[in-house]
Amino acid sequence: MELNSSPEQASGALVSQISPNWVTTRLDFLVNWARANSLWPMPFGTACCAIEFMAVAASRFDIARFGMERMGYTPRQADVLLCAGRLPFKLAPVIRRIYDQMPQPKWVISMGACASTGGIFDTYSMVQGIDTVVPVDVYVPGCPPRPEGLLYGILMLHKKIRGETLADPDLRVERPLEPGGLRIPPRLVDELSEPFGNSVHQTRSA
Amino acid sequence: MNPSVESLRRAFGSKIGRATVSCGQTIVYVEPGSIREVLQWLKDTPGEEYNYLVDVTAVEYRDPEPPLEVVYELRSLERRAELRVKAELCKDEPLEVDSVVPVWNAANWLEREVYDMFGITFRGHPDLRRLLMWETYAEGYPLRKDFPLRGRFSRAEQVRRALHANPEANYSLDELSIAQAHRDLPADMRERLERGERAAIPDLPDGEDG
Amino acid sequence: MGEKRTIELDVATTGVDAQGRPVRIPVGVAAPEDYAEPDIRGDNMLINIGPQHPATHGVLRLVVELDGEVVKRVIPHIGYLHSGFEKLGEYRHYNQIIPLTDRTDYLAPMANNVGLALAAEQLMGIEITERCKVLRVIACEISRIISHLVWLGTTAVDIGAFTPFLWTFQERENFYNLQEAWTGSRLTTSLTRVGGMMADIPEGFEDGLRKTCRGLINTLDEVDRLLARNAIWCGRIQDVGYISGEDAINYGLSGPMLRSSGIAYDVRRDRPYLDYETYDFDIPIGEHCDIYDRYLVRMEEMRQSVRILEQALERLPDGPLNASDPRVILPPKSAAMSDMEAMIFHFKQVMEGVRAPVGEVYFSIENGKGELGYYFVSDGTAKPVRWRIRPPSLINLAALPKMAEGLLLADLIAINASVDIVLGEIDR
Repeated sequence: MELNSSPEQASGALVSQISPNWVTTRLDFLVNWARANSLWPMPFGTACCAIEFMAVAASRFDIARFGMERMGYTPRQADVLLCAGRLPFKLAPVIRRIYDQMPQPKWVISMGACASTGGIFDTYSMVQGIDTVVPVDVYVPGCPPRPEGLLYGILMLHKKIRGETLADPDLRVERPLEPGGLRIPPRLVDELSEPFGNSVHQTRSA
Repeated sequence: MNPSVESLRRAFGSKIGRATVSCGQTIVYVEPGSIREVLQWLKDTPGEEYNYLVDVTAVEYRDPEPPLEVVYELRSLERRAELRVKAELCKDEPLEVDSVVPVWNAANWLEREVYDMFGITFRGHPDLRRLLMWETYAEGYPLRKDFPLRGRFSRAEQVRRALHANPEANYSLDELSIAQAHRDLPADMRERLERGERAAIPDLPDGEDG
Repeated sequence: MGEKRTIELDVATTGVDAQGRPVRIPVGVAAPEDYAEPDIRGDNMLINIGPQHPATHGVLRLVVELDGEVVKRVIPHIGYLHSGFEKLGEYRHYNQIIPLTDRTDYLAPMANNVGLALAAEQLMGIEITERCKVLRVIACEISRIISHLVWLGTTAVDIGAFTPFLWTFQERENFYNLQEAWTGSRLTTSLTRVGGMMADIPEGFEDGLRKTCRGLINTLDEVDRLLARNAIWCGRIQDVGYISGEDAINYGLSGPMLRSSGIAYDVRRDRPYLDYETYDFDIPIGEHCDIYDRYLVRMEEMRQSVRILEQALERLPDGPLNASDPRVILPPKSAAMSDMEAMIFHFKQVMEGVRAPVGEVYFSIENGKGELGYYFVSDGTAKPVRWRIRPPSLINLAALPKMAEGLLLADLIAINASVDIVLGEIDR
């Protein structure tokens, strides 16, 4: 093991040298259980979905019962970046920087239609889905999603985390990009952003 | 029809154009060169006293012939009167009009937004920069009718340009006068801003063509 | 180089300044000849608050020049939520713009819907029914209450008190239940249509509203007990954020910001709409022009809103909900399925939209944040040529530097909270 490999890679390499057995699966279970039940959110709330997120954090829907009441407003201590609300182009470098500043293991939940696909704002200033800027684990649709919807999305993330394993050395490896680089090729950005269905007709003038 | 229109015609004569009433509200057209004079008069004259600026905005019609209009919505709080003043700017000439920030401070950000969205320059504005789009936005002026809804560049190109923007950029001369921020700028941009010019679009590193 | 270097200089953290000269010379090392004591008085510090920050109430960026803790200058940067609403509005029929208005001021969506419908109706010259007017008053006052509740909760959190946040958001949940029963959605209500409403109030709405208002008064009393005479609350927000009456008018402030500076201007009183002149309510006016007055003004406005709601519930008349003009209002589905004329009206309205006559109108209502205005310019088609939202929060926020310069950084956060901004409206 080289000195500059991450602890993740190191432990993954170590674990994968031992064939999967009862000890490693118990270790995976323990680590994933700990991670899933104490996800500290980084609330990147921009618009209306942020208000529904605040309602989830309040007493009626109570995100604290999932271990998420400690809002990490600093990305350095957060686990899951919760992008709640529409993301204009002016805010894209900001979310990219926040995502880069979060340490692994990290996940991203895209809350709402605008964060997932651009929503009703197919305009000159709106990013058509944050997955063109940061990698997303769970998409929660809705405009805004009901608090129960967001909680369901969080539970889906828990399920995803429980399926992870330490033995996979490539899982938590982050491909370093230069700050302005595109994560996905431009052709794919255009394909993800193009209008579909009814919205192609909405610029027609009567 | 608001009686202020008559008083305006008496005071300014031919600088006041036509006046109409729409949905019970009076609109009066004023020559763009004398807009600040007229608005200052409307604010200061006893009997008029339009001390509250409600809104500054601009209108471009779908028909290419009518000129661009800059709209000032005025209100007198004590007299409970309202007046809409418009200045027509011909599209063939440079779009410029005097700023009314010395009359009402409310016009500061409102005029910046009109500049950002329509490209109308306000002469004498203390800090005319883009307000809603970022400083180096290259696609044009969004609310013009020849600007498409989805912008001029492809989505990939827009994402690329957006990601290249520096989220900590400080472009107002106010901020840059602080020595620490000033030092961080590249030398040519520093000189350009000291001379009072707008920041130019930086050369982007070569990426794949969107 | 010439200067003596010891092991401390090599191994310890770099104590050299940008020119490479040591900043702290360890004892026993001879200083180089051109070494000068660093001037530690220093420059002012430029810090960046936001756009991602818990206390900026949205994606607002404040660039602050600080001399220690004292704010020398603050420059707000906005536009981090710019969505192109006004451009989108030029491609939508008037009824299709109504869902867009939910998303501008998302804390009080029903008031935006009402404002837009009133503006479009004035443009088209449509009279609405009495029942519709009273229901719209109910919608506006509920919006004012939930907007002020958010303000109260988040401002308390900014000043340091967490409990009122939970209480006010629980009260909001009760109002959300009512909103959801009426419109189907908690937050993006799209309540009105041009000429009427999307639906009538359901069974049990009136009793639910009365009960919620009683609960609200109890909660406001409890929050008052916690905050109004609290030493920390008063110490932090009294005499902070001063803006005089004339300055408030010059800066174009509106709403509680204007009224707490002593100017008695409320759109409901001075340019009444929806028969507000027939309701019996008071408008609180402050005198000290500081944040504490804004707190008192907003608390009292919530109580007055409850008063208006009780009167509105008393006088709610029976009768038709929507205006009877079939060219504007969709006919009921049963008629559209059976009657030829109704089907044609339905088709024309859905496919072409309702045409507005050539003209323009500026209409404003009193939102929780201030004077929310809509300016429509129409060229005779079903889509407006220009749709402008006059955002109260944008104009209120422009006065932030005036209020905050010379005060401490913590005061800046408190003043920012007291302006009651919502970035969706500012950036549109």
